[in-house]
Amino acid sequence: MNDRPSIPAIRNKLETASGREFWRGLDELAETKEFQEFLEEEFPRQAAPLASAVDRRGFLKILGASLAFAGLSACARPRAPTEKIVPYVQAPEEIIPGKPLFFASALTDGGYAEGLLVESHQGRPTKVEGNPDHPGSLGATHARTQATVLSLYDPDRSQFIMENGVRRDWETFATALAAAVDRLEDGAGLALLTETVTSPTLAALIEEVLERFPNARWHQYEPTHDDAAFTGANLAFGRSVSTRYDFSRADVILSLEADFTNEGPGRIRYARDFTRHRRIRHAGDNMNRLYQLESFPTPTGSVADHRIPLGPSGIARFAASVARGIGVNAPETEPPDGLDELSKALVEDLKEHRGRSLIIAGPSQPAEVHALTHAMNSALDNVGSTVTYHEPVETKPENHLDSLNELSTSLSAGDIEVLVVLGANPAYNTPAGLGIADALKRVPFSVHLGDYLDETGAVTTWHVNRAHYLETWGDARAFDGTVTIQQPLISPFYGGRSELEVLSALLGRPDANSFQIVQDFWRERVSGSFDSFWQDALYRGTVQGTESASVEVTAGPIDIDLPLEDDLTMLIRPDPSIWDGRFANNGWLQELPKPFSKLTWENAAYLAPSTAERLGVSSHQLVTLSVGSRTVTAPVWIQPGQAAGTVVLSMGYGRQQAGRVGTGIGVNVFSLLNGDERWGTPVEIAQTSDTTRLATTQVHQSLNGTGERRHIIRTGRIDEFREHPEHPTFVHPVEHHDEDLYPDFEYNGYAWGMVIDMTVCNGCNACITACQAENNIPIVGKDQVLIGRELHWIRVDSYYRGDIDNPEVFHQPMPCQQCEKAPCEPVCPVGATVHDHEGLNVMVYNRCVGTRYCSNNCPYKVRRFNFLQYAELDITATELSLANNPDVTVRSRGVMEKCTYCTQRISQARIQAGNEGRQIREGEVVTACQSVCPMEAIVFGDVNDSGSQVSLAKASPLNYTLLEELQTKPRTSYLAKVTNPNPTLAPGRMVEI
Amino acid sequence: MAVTSGKRTSVETQRVIGRGQSYGALDDVINDPVLAGPFKTPRWWWIGFAIAATFLAMYLVSIVWLVVKGTGVWGNNVPVGWGMPIINFVWWIGIGHAGTLISAALLLFRQPWRTSINRFAEAMTIFAVVCAAIYPILHLGRPWVFYWLVPYPNTFGLFPQFRSPLDWDLFAIFTYGSVSVLFWFIGLIPDLATLRDRSRSKFQRILYSTLCLGWNGSAKAWQRYQRAYLLIAALSFPLVLSVHSTIAMDFAVAQLPGWNNTVMPPYFVAGAVFAGFAMVLILAVPLRKAFGMERLITLRHLDNSAKLMLATGLIVVYGYIIEGFMAWYSGVEFERYMIFNRILGADHWWAFWLLIACNGVAIQPLWFRRVRQNPLALFIISVIVSVGMWLERFVIVSVTLTKDFLPSSWADYRSTFWDWSLYLGSFGLFATLFFLFIRLLPSIASTEIKGLAHHDRHYGSDAFEDIRLDFHGRNRKGAGP
Repeated sequence: MNDRPSIPAIRNKLETASGREFWRGLDELAETKEFQEFLEEEFPRQAAPLASAVDRRGFLKILGASLAFAGLSACARPRAPTEKIVPYVQAPEEIIPGKPLFFASALTDGGYAEGLLVESHQGRPTKVEGNPDHPGSLGATHARTQATVLSLYDPDRSQFIMENGVRRDWETFATALAAAVDRLEDGAGLALLTETVTSPTLAALIEEVLERFPNARWHQYEPTHDDAAFTGANLAFGRSVSTRYDFSRADVILSLEADFTNEGPGRIRYARDFTRHRRIRHAGDNMNRLYQLESFPTPTGSVADHRIPLGPSGIARFAASVARGIGVNAPETEPPDGLDELSKALVEDLKEHRGRSLIIAGPSQPAEVHALTHAMNSALDNVGSTVTYHEPVETKPENHLDSLNELSTSLSAGDIEVLVVLGANPAYNTPAGLGIADALKRVPFSVHLGDYLDETGAVTTWHVNRAHYLETWGDARAFDGTVTIQQPLISPFYGGRSELEVLSALLGRPDANSFQIVQDFWRERVSGSFDSFWQDALYRGTVQGTESASVEVTAGPIDIDLPLEDDLTMLIRPDPSIWDGRFANNGWLQELPKPFSKLTWENAAYLAPSTAERLGVSSHQLVTLSVGSRTVTAPVWIQPGQAAGTVVLSMGYGRQQAGRVGTGIGVNVFSLLNGDERWGTPVEIAQTSDTTRLATTQVHQSLNGTGERRHIIRTGRIDEFREHPEHPTFVHPVEHHDEDLYPDFEYNGYAWGMVIDMTVCNGCNACITACQAENNIPIVGKDQVLIGRELHWIRVDSYYRGDIDNPEVFHQPMPCQQCEKAPCEPVCPVGATVHDHEGLNVMVYNRCVGTRYCSNNCPYKVRRFNFLQYAELDITATELSLANNPDVTVRSRGVMEKCTYCTQRISQARIQAGNEGRQIREGEVVTACQSVCPMEAIVFGDVNDSGSQVSLAKASPLNYTLLEELQTKPRTSYLAKVTNPNPTLAPGRMVEI
Repeated sequence: MAVTSGKRTSVETQRVIGRGQSYGALDDVINDPVLAGPFKTPRWWWIGFAIAATFLAMYLVSIVWLVVKGTGVWGNNVPVGWGMPIINFVWWIGIGHAGTLISAALLLFRQPWRTSINRFAEAMTIFAVVCAAIYPILHLGRPWVFYWLVPYPNTFGLFPQFRSPLDWDLFAIFTYGSVSVLFWFIGLIPDLATLRDRSRSKFQRILYSTLCLGWNGSAKAWQRYQRAYLLIAALSFPLVLSVHSTIAMDFAVAQLPGWNNTVMPPYFVAGAVFAGFAMVLILAVPLRKAFGMERLITLRHLDNSAKLMLATGLIVVYGYIIEGFMAWYSGVEFERYMIFNRILGADHWWAFWLLIACNGVAIQPLWFRRVRQNPLALFIISVIVSVGMWLERFVIVSVTLTKDFLPSSWADYRSTFWDWSLYLGSFGLFATLFFLFIRLLPSIASTEIKGLAHHDRHYGSDAFEDIRLDFHGRNRKGAGP
């Protein structure tokens, strides 16, 4: 009884409590130990999560706040009862229980909007799909987008407004902020730090702040921002432009480390355009040709016809030599050793395709290379055809690193009195050399608005919990400038606030809510009926006519200093899964196998095989990386196809305060940076004697030897295909008999089938997260991944073939093959996996006793077993279970599970068609993996309908089934990978380096 | 010359039983230890029992933890859906084979040398089947619904899926277990009656009176008893072949390279007999020493068991060769790679070569009579063979699964603490049952032994002393009266 409630503390608590709080006694108010004990005894479940540190696995079990809490907040809309959200399809008069509604909204990634349709089950968003009407989505989404639903329900999200660790309410915060700003002289000493801003409403508010406080400064910083494109455009044109590409017109593409099908604002549009111009079903079809130069394998590089691993200086030299070849004034240079022939052939190819070629540089390339590509596109008459220039989409295009440096200077000088950080996390994701984290502590009044009480929230004086994008109103522009109104699906769980509300508070309008702010903004800018505008914008998910205007620019002469070759160059890349660290607490993304390496749960120092050999290090070994006096220790991963002499690390790991999932795993690369890196950083590597175990989901990736003889991957060049257009030998290298003693079962109704086009699959992983979201697939944690127990129903197998330094890479998505003669079925002693009359191999979870015989007998090993209780069954215990799709069973431990071809979606369509007395239409059933695929590599439908897309795809001579000699007759088949290498080069895609 | 209890010197003999044993002396050796009061239990029994019970406790803890946490406490994964539990299941069920073979087959073939070892071999069978049968149940993801494999009328309106070898397994093991118990029990009845007649306490009287089913020793009872015993023997003999064939089907029916082999059933049966005789020897060698039964379990028994072990061991080696040959001859890449992986694969080559060493090389000394008649050597070889047979199952079950068709799903298998604690714990279960058995029931069929002694007394030789011994030039006494 030594913690007696202290009266001043209680008084303080009551004063700062939000709203009218009820309290039961002084003990409760003071949060004494006795009260906590009482709480635990009375309400053990609620108290448990509070008790102590929990391990990562435990986190999944406890998952924060209760269902009741979330449920209540979903029902009540306390702050703005007038908000009305509009569903994408015609709203039914009342919600039909069990039928989801879809609402158009948008999420921003790197500041740019990705248009979404959000599936809502009785007010509970469970899944996002791309908005087919949105120019930046066209119905697909990125892998990370799919996982954002999980973040919504993340119990580790920040739930309170805090001042130096003490809970405060909104009014107190708003008063304090307005007062702090008012003390300044015209805002001198006020700084705003945002991430990339494209939102017109937010831009207007920032503008208002800057008008009201003319001495205030606005900085933007996002570590993944494409600074090089901004600076490069300025170098070339003397002004900012936004460059847009039209891959549907490009026959020959040279990509200088641009992962354009997978990253960047226009990625999905570009992926669609690129693959539509590349997809090949018959020998007569045309294919584009992609030359990819890159230091580190990217998904886009894996669909290239010529992929050349080169370090940063090699790429620049190669680009310069090509530029000279096509008549651009570039530095005199020789292409890197062994690439002469390729360079010449490429120049010829580009010249032959004037106006139908395209050169694109990626964000990892320096500004000079970007400038060079502008000049090259111009010289090739591509401008206006495959490349167009437009007014910038970003509100204030700038070099974020420069902006951050300015902020850092002001911070160190002590010029900043009030700092408002909106969404950014500068204490973590800025180069350690700038010392931002320490400088932040010295700011007298600092505000952090963030999803998590993260590294920045911990050092600012104030922290405001941000509302998730599915919880609040807003707007954002897509890569082409088109605006989408961001429509919330649910009231904020924890009363989170948006950027708009914080800025309004700064302007002395603490009561303004996001809904009003966004409406007011647009009301002023709409002619005609606002209501019909609003209705239309929400319904469509886009605001018509907001595309950014095109501009006329001419590339001026450029001066480039080519970089020197470093012995070992460190390159920092955003993590393919958790990006710059903002998704560190998202279990789906942490467990998502990174393309190529299939690493989960951490990052590693990637080295090319030759570099590793030279340094005498091997995978899983820990090494010390030093840049000047800064060092980190990281595990090595040897990555075939990486450029020699490069060390690639991904950002986003080594978080100190990410939440229970993401804290403390991996290596923080920001701690190695000084803030002046451009071409990559010279780095030193020292061996240590320690090793660790990196968790990968695929260990054997080589197709050499036995892998080749298994004919898993069938691939050939387009000329080989054209030689035998009806029966290409590379598709069927061995003939197998397919007679059977017994007649086959006849499928008279629907017969569902799938085709996966390996020519266009780039292994981006979107299908994995989409499947995970759709089918309630739990994560298992690193320890379980290490022993091969991950649960993904669809995996993307990657294989390498050929030279270890520059192998060919193949991606093969593997869902259940839905064999017509499924080996799993006869061996199940209880009939838990059976065949249905439409050809699906169905799994009856309730009947499964867990012998695992089906998995043993599955030649494709696509069955997944719940070795432990991975899914949370007690829905009252957790909040994450709210993310579950109610149409799909949550599996208990001890049962087998696997891909069902999204049988719940088939059932829905069947019921709908039945009600309307018709057949299911082509395209009515879309599996989760199919709908999300940016490359449109997955086709699904009724193979009994000879006109269906899937039947047409299966009629292609490229169609083959995996392990056909086993006579399993899979319904999932593959289209052999066809490449279109330059015929003037030696056959094959490999280039000797 | 009668053997007096306690006399232990120079008792080794080549005969089926030592010469000149009286009925009373036999009872002293066989039944006295059973009837001795609790305080006369020898110290070695207590020590042994305590150790066994400790392991049994570990077994129970392992089961509780398994049920609480789930299958994931073991090392199983995808692709290795079956790991140590199935290996151990097959291993135990294999051990359970010698008992029935000795009892039934040798009885039917009139091989009287079985008499001294059949009782404990049968007990061994039953306990091994118990140890084995628990595994497939625990191995289920949801062990509490194991009864769904049983065809019984139920409200689901569902029967098991009879095409699955796992369901055949259930019937095979259940049949084998029940027939083995029945056979063992019927064989025990006259002995139980002897114990009843000689019982020294109320507890013993009640226990053995109940168990012997009112045996009265009449000629009619004997006649019917022997008829029943032969019938059950005839019933159980085919089971020796069928049970392990069915277990082999678990693998042979699957289409995995390395499992899908027609050689599997005979090869598994031979392996089972091989392992079973090894276990018989592992138990017999110390047992005859501990109870002073060298004149009952004689070198002749050891010699014969060793010969059978050698013969079945060679069949098993032949199986290995055929597996390799067929894989090569098939021309199928998957099969060829499977054999390559077994023999030279980076992860588990040692298991294959160790099993060849244990099962192929270590049995070669058994060609020599000197080795076959050296209890210590036999004991060591038997232990090696048991290890080898475990490794064989490890290679067949798990190593095969680690690398099947698609290289993308290849993964290693690592057993865990709980895999081993359950396995070692199952020895505890086996040993505890065995210690209880040798303490509470006669471990040698005393009535049958008395039959042999009777013959010996009247004809100067044991009834079926065979010609081969004469051929070897020993015990040349002339057969028959």
